Amino acid sequence: MKRASGKFFVVSVAVLSVCLLCVNAFAKEPYKIGALLAVTGPASFLGEPEKNTALMLQDQINKTGGINGHPLEIIIEDTKSDETSAVLSAKKLLENDKVLAIIGPSTTGESMALVPIMNNAKTPLVSCAAGAPITQPANERYWIFKTPQYDTSAVEAIYGYMKKQGISKVGIITISTGFGDAGKKALQSIAPKYGMTIVAEEKYGPKDSDMTTQLTKIKVSGAQAVINWSVGPGQVIVTKNWYALRMGIPLYQSHGWGSKKNIELAGKAAEGVIAPLGRLVVWDKLSDKNPQKALLKKYTQDYEARYKSEPGTFGGHAYDSIMMLVDALKKVGPDKKKIRDYMETKIKNWPGTGGIFNMSKNDHCGLDKNAFEMVVVKNGDWSLLK
Amino acid sequence: MLTVFLQFLFSGLTVGAVYALVAIGFNITYNATSIINLAQGEFVVIGGLMMWFFSESLKLPFFVSVALTIITAGIVGLLMERLTIKPLKNADLLLMIMITIAVSIVLRGILMLSFGKEPYVYPAFTEGEPVNVYGAIIQQQALWVIGITGFCIVVLFLFFKKTMMGKAMLACAVNPTAAKLVGINVSQMVMFSFVLSAIVGAIGGMAITPISLMEYDKGPMLAVKGFCAAIMGGLGSNRGAVLGGFLIGVLESMTAGYIHSGSKDAVALVILLLILFLKPSGLFVSKTMLQLRKF
Amino acid sequence: MKKEDFLSLLVLIFLVVLLPAISGNTYTLTVGIFSGINALVAIGLCILMGYAGQVSLGQAGFYGIGAYISSVLSLHAGFPVVISIICGMIVAAFAAVILAVPALRLKGHYLAVATLGFGEIIYIILNEWGPGGPSGFGDIPHFGFLGYAIDSTKGYFYLIWGIVAIVMFFSINLIQSRTGRALRAIHDSELACNAMGLNVAGIKIKVFILSAVYASLAGSLYAHYVTFISPSSFSLFYSILVLMMVIVGGMTNLWGAIVGAVVITVLPELLRKFEELDVLVYGLILTLSLLFFRKGLVPILIDRIKKLRGFAVAKH
Repeated sequence: MKRASGKFFVVSVAVLSVCLLCVNAFAKEPYKIGALLAVTGPASFLGEPEKNTALMLQDQINKTGGINGHPLEIIIEDTKSDETSAVLSAKKLLENDKVLAIIGPSTTGESMALVPIMNNAKTPLVSCAAGAPITQPANERYWIFKTPQYDTSAVEAIYGYMKKQGISKVGIITISTGFGDAGKKALQSIAPKYGMTIVAEEKYGPKDSDMTTQLTKIKVSGAQAVINWSVGPGQVIVTKNWYALRMGIPLYQSHGWGSKKNIELAGKAAEGVIAPLGRLVVWDKLSDKNPQKALLKKYTQDYEARYKSEPGTFGGHAYDSIMMLVDALKKVGPDKKKIRDYMETKIKNWPGTGGIFNMSKNDHCGLDKNAFEMVVVKNGDWSLLK
Repeated sequence: MLTVFLQFLFSGLTVGAVYALVAIGFNITYNATSIINLAQGEFVVIGGLMMWFFSESLKLPFFVSVALTIITAGIVGLLMERLTIKPLKNADLLLMIMITIAVSIVLRGILMLSFGKEPYVYPAFTEGEPVNVYGAIIQQQALWVIGITGFCIVVLFLFFKKTMMGKAMLACAVNPTAAKLVGINVSQMVMFSFVLSAIVGAIGGMAITPISLMEYDKGPMLAVKGFCAAIMGGLGSNRGAVLGGFLIGVLESMTAGYIHSGSKDAVALVILLLILFLKPSGLFVSKTMLQLRKF
Repeated sequence: MKKEDFLSLLVLIFLVVLLPAISGNTYTLTVGIFSGINALVAIGLCILMGYAGQVSLGQAGFYGIGAYISSVLSLHAGFPVVISIICGMIVAAFAAVILAVPALRLKGHYLAVATLGFGEIIYIILNEWGPGGPSGFGDIPHFGFLGYAIDSTKGYFYLIWGIVAIVMFFSINLIQSRTGRALRAIHDSELACNAMGLNVAGIKIKVFILSAVYASLAGSLYAHYVTFISPSSFSLFYSILVLMMVIVGGMTNLWGAIVGAVVITVLPELLRKFEELDVLVYGLILTLSLLFFRKGLVPILIDRIKKLRGFAVAKH
């Protein structure tokens, strides 16, 4: 009897302590990160995969014990692709939720509207938008980082490839939003460096239904190639019009083209379209030695298993932003200033979905043109160009 | 040079045909109620997306899908009128227009939740090489769009001029009280006008989706363009709506082609304003006719 | 000024002073700031619609003119912010004259489309040729006056609602003046007014200018508060949003504009927990409120109060 009760005592102490340990593991205070994403509105094609990625990573990290035992809590706010709403959402995250850092917003305009707020609040922001002014000039962007590649890097990748093909006269067609505008500026500014002449500059609205006119103008301008810079349905319509017109010159797209969905929508018109794409969409075509391949494979497969669609380049931006912050939190704990310093000084040779990041005091993005692969559409699939 | 001009013209006509169809949709409700239904663009989106759902997702035969899409759009129009317009009878017109905006927000929300945010497309009605006219090409589907627009115009013309019901609908807008006195069921006519405009919108949506793709938030742009087209031609005049639609489409295309593609929408709008300032009742409506209307 | 309006103004000032004191939360204050900015535009539109009977779908154009002129002048030309804002208002006034003179021959839907076209043209100009193009531009200086720069949220809250109170005071006086009586007469019967020898067109143009100037002021304040602007904030959607504020608040009463602006600005914030459903819920609430509060919130509230009073009197 006595022995039995002794045993019972030992067992219950063991059970209790295990329980306590468990409770303790989860009783640690959660690390809160804010996510400002354009889940609805005109830029929702960016915000949707970003939001899905955030939810997925939150679950994955918490299932594997969180960050040093602290659960990760990502508070997602919809910015409705609108700057005013982004400002309000940021204030809410900073003031009510007391987040340690914010990822997003999805668009350059929204990110720019947050620069003064984040600098004032002394909280790191890791933007998911590409615009160069988000992180430049670096001394005025002390708290601001971004993960998408620079537009200029994508342009350099295109021009570099074109040069090899002997193309020197290009016609550009861009969407009349911030995305297209940034692309247009990059295309213009880099052209002299590669000896390119822009012989036609055309535009279209984000909801336009036919771009035949603009393409016809490019056709008669003597351009040797068309570069379209847009996201959303516009890039598919341009592709279809380019095909219908039998333009006889190659069509280049921006890095926004990186979604299988676009090939599906454009059908046979997409054959032969060339674009600089991040390695995320072509991970299965990379060599096993590539340092990004393992993480790209895991991320893409997890995402597809959970959402039955592909993450695309834009989901990857959220992945990089979150994982950088998670790394920082792991190393330095919940201290905004230390997180910022870690981001600036310790993100070196850091493989993400967008490329190999090398942040520094003067570069809060840390990617160059090597982040892109030139990819052509062949038989309804991506194919790497060498 | 002729080739280039023709190419610009065809592009303008294709786009203009859609504006014209939306404008006609506006006219149908306007003619029966004096309301501008700003959810008209959403009807077009419903047409495109439902057609995709029936023909691509459920893989139903073409004509079955068309019929089902038309029925769905008709039901949406009917529900909209019964739930929001009918209870508001005799309310301020501005309020009625605002409620159509509120309804369009609800419809967009439903479309976003059920179809997501990505664009949809299905094959053209007839597959094949684009038609070549003096070196300029016109996609087969564009011919379909223009043809279907023409067909709708003819049918509606006959409906409003030759049938009792059409004439009754016209009477409701000009003077509802008098219409009631001569035994017209005004409430039913208003309901029918919403159903009809939803169907016309949906037909337009079905026709343009293979060219322009369709996504949940294309509606407001279509509504604004269609509204401008209807006003340019003169509200209530279907002839005016068609001309207004094609004029805006061609103007945009010519501006993009010969002047500057960034300002194509602006130039079309400036011309619209000029027309309005010179002829405040639109191209095809006389001043006296306008004075008969309350709004 | 009527007794009710005076009391309401006092209540407004009391609330404005009180809110930051009870809640130092800058999120709440930021919502308040945007409500105030929207209220300025809404008050202008309310006078135009409710009192002069003219509809406008182009207020975003004037709002954008204010934001851009004042930002460019203060950022690039080094003008003091207050002077830049006034310059913005003057330009908006000129734009209003150019639009109003021909547009006031139009009525109803035609006027709506003309103003809509004007707003869209301004938007396209900003998008195509504005500084920064579609990407917009930042680093706009903060609001400053006589060397004192305002850069705290609380400061902006007081500044903007102070301006709302002044604008409200001015507007109430205006609509109760001779011009205001003329306005109401125009609303009821333009023909009769013309016959009585009132300069109908002149009065209408004045009101148009007033609404444009209010919108321009609001746009400037927006730019100097956020310090970044891009054309997308000044599109047709904003014009429709303001129209919605006026209708929801009740266009027959100036206080409706303020109430409508606050309700429409706060509503999406309250709906955050619905996540993606928020668009749908927002639309449904709008639809229902239009269906059940047809006259607008403020006029209905006034009716209620009057009824209650009448009831109390009857009981005596």
